[in-house]
Amino acid sequence: MSSCHAPVVDLTHNDAPVQIGPKPLRTVALVGPPNCGKSTLFNRMTGLRQKVANYPGVTVEHHSGRMKAIGRNDLTLIDLPGIYSLATYSEDARVAVEVLTGKMAGVPKPDCVLLVLDATHMNRQLMLAAPVFSIGLPTLVLLNMSDQLETRGGKIDTLALAHALGHPVALISAANGTGLDVIPEFLLRMGNRPDDGSRPVQLPVLQSAASCRSWATQVTARTKYEAPQAALWTRRLDSVLLHRIWGPLFFLAVVIGVFQVVFAAGQPLSDWLTELMTRGGQHVAMLLPDNWLRPLLLDGLWSGVQSVLVFLPQILLLFLFIGILEDSGYLARAALIADRVMRAIGLNGKAFIPLLSAYACAVPAIMATRTIENKRERIATIMIAPFMTCSARLPIYTLIIAAFIPNQKFLGGVIGLRALVMLSLYALGFSAAMLTAKLMNSSVMKASTAPFVLELPQYRWPTVQSLSLRLYDRGKLFLKKAGTIILACTFTVWVLSVLPIHAGQFSLLSSSVIGHLGHFIEPVIRPLGFNWKIGIGLLSSIVAREVIVGTLGTLYGVDPATHSVGLQAALRGDMTIGGAIALVVFFAFAMQCTSTLAVVRRETNSWKLPAIQFLYMSGFAYIAALVTNQVISRFF
Amino acid sequence: MDVTALSNAKVGSAGVVERIDLPEDVCHYLAHLGFLPGTRIEVLRSAPAGDPRVYRLDGVEVGLRFETAKHIYLQVAEVGDAV
Repeated sequence: MSSCHAPVVDLTHNDAPVQIGPKPLRTVALVGPPNCGKSTLFNRMTGLRQKVANYPGVTVEHHSGRMKAIGRNDLTLIDLPGIYSLATYSEDARVAVEVLTGKMAGVPKPDCVLLVLDATHMNRQLMLAAPVFSIGLPTLVLLNMSDQLETRGGKIDTLALAHALGHPVALISAANGTGLDVIPEFLLRMGNRPDDGSRPVQLPVLQSAASCRSWATQVTARTKYEAPQAALWTRRLDSVLLHRIWGPLFFLAVVIGVFQVVFAAGQPLSDWLTELMTRGGQHVAMLLPDNWLRPLLLDGLWSGVQSVLVFLPQILLLFLFIGILEDSGYLARAALIADRVMRAIGLNGKAFIPLLSAYACAVPAIMATRTIENKRERIATIMIAPFMTCSARLPIYTLIIAAFIPNQKFLGGVIGLRALVMLSLYALGFSAAMLTAKLMNSSVMKASTAPFVLELPQYRWPTVQSLSLRLYDRGKLFLKKAGTIILACTFTVWVLSVLPIHAGQFSLLSSSVIGHLGHFIEPVIRPLGFNWKIGIGLLSSIVAREVIVGTLGTLYGVDPATHSVGLQAALRGDMTIGGAIALVVFFAFAMQCTSTLAVVRRETNSWKLPAIQFLYMSGFAYIAALVTNQVISRFF
Repeated sequence: MDVTALSNAKVGSAGVVERIDLPEDVCHYLAHLGFLPGTRIEVLRSAPAGDPRVYRLDGVEVGLRFETAKHIYLQVAEVGDAV
């Protein structure tokens, strides 16, 4: 029990500042347990001016930003990962300790700490306070969710608590923005006042949970803390949303509804954007001189980037819904409902969240697997996430479906053939994921013992601010990708498709560098029903799946035979139905995304898994496409 | 007072953790989430499929599978009606 007294003893010394001359305040650390509303507070104080990066060598994300929103542009706020304790058995806690003690390379040592705790359950939240105080940095304790505490009849004596903790304490509501004035006041005082106690403090690394807990219980008892009543609304909602019958029904309705809206509302938006960009491109092209510059810009760059940009509306819509589900607290319930099904394939309910995000993009999905403590299950989730039909597959799916599948309707126009094909492609990816998970489950991977523990936060209204911040983040990332990788790829393809220059003239496509390369690989892909242009598309899309549409657009655009017809018509004339379906089947399975490979490499800290994943998925895709083409060719 | 596994406690009942029979690292992990001897736990509800179940401790609701809950022993204090 001795370790429990260490922080308490430390606190009593904290009130005696040692005069050493003022040190300017620069860096502030934001610390708190998961689900305490820390991110909301972070967003409130930094606004859009935040940077997201990874700490060197670890997978923990690093958010920092200038505290402009509270008028302190000179201060950097570092948002530490949500942690329950500083015991360094988890990577998150290790990062937090290293940052707080100034040992994290590239991150300045914080000058003071804002410790955010959820005021609605202090007993447990205070367990984190003891180890944080013992680090010895000036700390302001922010008791968040004051609104919840009040409406549910809880009581907290901040003065008594401040006395017991030896640090200033304030009640705030990050969601409503009340009580936040105390933060600039505290920072101002810290800046003016000479540094208090710069003597090195020994950090008790092994602070046992039991001792921190008994300390926390003593403090709350002494300060006459009254825990609020259980959130009535959360209880009521849960009795419906986790109901034996209504629960799973609502769950299904949510999942289907999200996809329905993303495609029903996203498609017209995409069409509108396409039209806008095509017209814009044509207008600009008119202004350009009619020499090599016009095809370079229009065919080489614009058409490639445009074919990718049109997916922005659907990607943003999908992220908007995932954001709403997560911020409202429903996603945790969904994980609880999904657990039973996930268990059948050797995963747990927490895998549901990354797998749902993987429908938007595998990269954030793989990062989201961090919440899965069980290492084996985490690896399995990482392995199967890229099989989920991500938004980068949509460009080629939509293109092939529009070009080859007739627009027939069944059942009085309710179900269309095109929608059915799209749905089966989703089902295909999903089945491959399930099969892979099953294979991994029965494989030799050592089972670890980390239990499934899922915290169910209270239901909350998602805030517009946090949602728009998410979309801004995602949109920026996507535009950056379109503006860099995809731009570079389409440009390279265009250059290679017109080189070498003979007597001042561009090469014809089939005698260009890329033509030779395409013909070289043709024997390998011919059995799949792909011609050499598709082959080039496949090669270029190893970087990112959506690139293939840009590449095909460029290739068929520079070919005089298909220059004047649209890409759909060009493909119809150049591919069999077997080859076309084989192409989308190939895309359903193949691992064509360097960003995903890079993030898997980073998250697993080895090249082995991304290498296995690439070979496995590509092999899977090749065989599946081969079978598809051979079977369909027999019938049509 | 009866000592029973958390997994056997009825929905609506509550009790105090007596001991946790799990490997040390798992105990450690659970401890930081509040699963410690002396903590009061209430059985709130079951997930639609019956397992996992939702427990309430320290004012926080936590989902736990049967396979974990059966190693947590509880001194049952109150047997209430299902919520």
